[in-house]
Amino acid sequence: MTTSHKEPTEQGYYGKFGGAFIPEMLYPNVEELRQQYLEIMYEPSFQKEFQQLLKDYVGRPTPLFYAERLSKKYNTTIYLKREDLCHTGAHKINNTIGQILVAQRLGKNKIIAETGAGQHGVATATVCALKGIECVVYMGEKDIERQAPNVARMKMLGATVVPAKSGSKTLKDATNEAIRAWINEPKDTHYIIGSVVGPHPYPDMVARFQSVISEEMRAQLKEKTGSELPTHVIACVGGGSNAAGAFYHFIDEPSVKLIAVEAAGHGINSGMSAATTQLGRLGILHGSKSLVMQTADGQVIEPHSISAGLDYPGIGPMHAHLFDSGRGEFLSATDDDAMEAVFECCQLEGIIPALESAHAIAALKQMDLKQTDKIIICLSGRGDKDLATYMHAMEGKDELTQKSRPL
Amino acid sequence: MSRIKDLFNKKNSNVLNVYCTAGFPHLCSTLEVMNALQESGADIIELGMPYSDPLADGEVIQASSGVAIANGMTIEVLFEQLKAMRNEIQIPVILMGYLNPILQYGFERFCKRAKEVGIDGLILPDIPMFEFETEYNEILSHYEVDFIFLVTPETSEERIRKADKLGSGFIYAVSSSSTTGKNKSITEQQPYFERLKSLQLRNPVLVGFGIKDKATFEAACTNTNGAIIGTAYIKALENGQDISSITKAFINGVKG
Repeated sequence: MTTSHKEPTEQGYYGKFGGAFIPEMLYPNVEELRQQYLEIMYEPSFQKEFQQLLKDYVGRPTPLFYAERLSKKYNTTIYLKREDLCHTGAHKINNTIGQILVAQRLGKNKIIAETGAGQHGVATATVCALKGIECVVYMGEKDIERQAPNVARMKMLGATVVPAKSGSKTLKDATNEAIRAWINEPKDTHYIIGSVVGPHPYPDMVARFQSVISEEMRAQLKEKTGSELPTHVIACVGGGSNAAGAFYHFIDEPSVKLIAVEAAGHGINSGMSAATTQLGRLGILHGSKSLVMQTADGQVIEPHSISAGLDYPGIGPMHAHLFDSGRGEFLSATDDDAMEAVFECCQLEGIIPALESAHAIAALKQMDLKQTDKIIICLSGRGDKDLATYMHAMEGKDELTQKSRPL
Repeated sequence: MSRIKDLFNKKNSNVLNVYCTAGFPHLCSTLEVMNALQESGADIIELGMPYSDPLADGEVIQASSGVAIANGMTIEVLFEQLKAMRNEIQIPVILMGYLNPILQYGFERFCKRAKEVGIDGLILPDIPMFEFETEYNEILSHYEVDFIFLVTPETSEERIRKADKLGSGFIYAVSSSSTTGKNKSITEQQPYFERLKSLQLRNPVLVGFGIKDKATFEAACTNTNGAIIGTAYIKALENGQDISSITKAFINGVKG
């Protein structure tokens, strides 16, 4: 395949992955978006408003932080891209700011979104409050129970949270419910997808909104080191939006290794995993052709990861293509690896990372690093939302935590 | 001549297509349901191939799919059940489902098996026209399986004409932009059906989504060739034991 790794074809293909496998009921909406998204996004008044909000509301640029003690431990040079410092606590808002402005320009007066852990739901509810637009967030019934603080945040921000009661009652089903809701009310509603998944043009649109991450990385690294290019960029991948953003402006730089870290859950072959590139086959999920975790009969499997944000049985088509072509290197970290990385990051750098982001940090242990390497890890979110899990992990582990302090 | 074409040659109004999920209510009830539908006077049987993530379906059909999957229904099992169906079933039978399970089975292998057991047509709402033209049209034509496209009140005339040209069997006119089983008024949609009628399409038009009883069936048939019932029939099956008598009562209720 000769198609770009960065930008899809007109029909939304990255190599053999992508497309728009949607029922006719959604065609007018998706087609309207496909025809207009690039024009809208690159229109000067849009860019002006978008950049202004990223700066004054989100708090961009986020710092590129030289992680001195982590670097020392791994005997290399490590920078953390601090997406955890974005308003609402993760990179998700880069995309929701962009999409709410697109929705306004398309004349939509209602927003729907899906959410797993609630980060994208909170980021969507936030921009809807900012713009005074009605917001309905679909969330798996199980996730609503597990993520009470984020449910409360969305409600405080004025959103209606609708429990997805179908299937396994988690992110996959919340996405199904959001798509069904869109089918039932297509005309005035815009669906803000939270990752680089879904029918074309969503993967490309979301990747472009998130690409601000790598745009800043390049400029910041140049300022710090004189060179724009790191040797490695590491990011965690569920659907893959922070990875898409962190990789975007490095994809065409062959010297930069792109390391995507999937959630292995209890282990790749444990039956409790979310490592889609390792376990998935070519299939169709949520409107795009990509790698999908499924049974031999083509029923989609419910994955497992300790991190709700990576707990997804698919992966964005851009990433499937990076995997398939070998341009990206795909690693995985187990629940335990990630938890260890959480405490490592806390104790060495004074930063409590989100469980998702900790998967990226956990990859360091598996890599053959050189002293001369320059590594950027995308620290996609902060750990506040995971505090209950962390508190649970500390019970009985106090001793271990103390021991690891002098690292 | 295909069974579907043959049917519409003989009968071009009030055609009743009834949907049931294969393997629902029991794994082995598929043929029993089909026989009951044929005996009760349904004109077309539409069998749903259950899928874990059926985007175009409402709660009732989703739930029946969940039951069927739990019962052990797969494409392979279904073809095995349908192997000898043409000894009993004379009316057209179409399969409805989603692309992913078929891709795993192998699209060509699927079409070949479908033809072998006597399937007449296929409804896969998540194959868009672009993909149909580039990937699937040739295979379907080769095995002479009709492919039925969906149109909605929002579909442009240009696109309806394209669906009419590319598709065969009939056009599935979704009564309103919705998932299956939503109660939007059929009578309000008459201008849309009249518009479809005025286009003088090559294929007959059947209306689906929101048809549940005699009144909605008659309203749907006023300007079209017939209608499709799914959710209401699944609900009826959920509420009783004897498939044959439930089906008879249900179809009688619809056709009056």
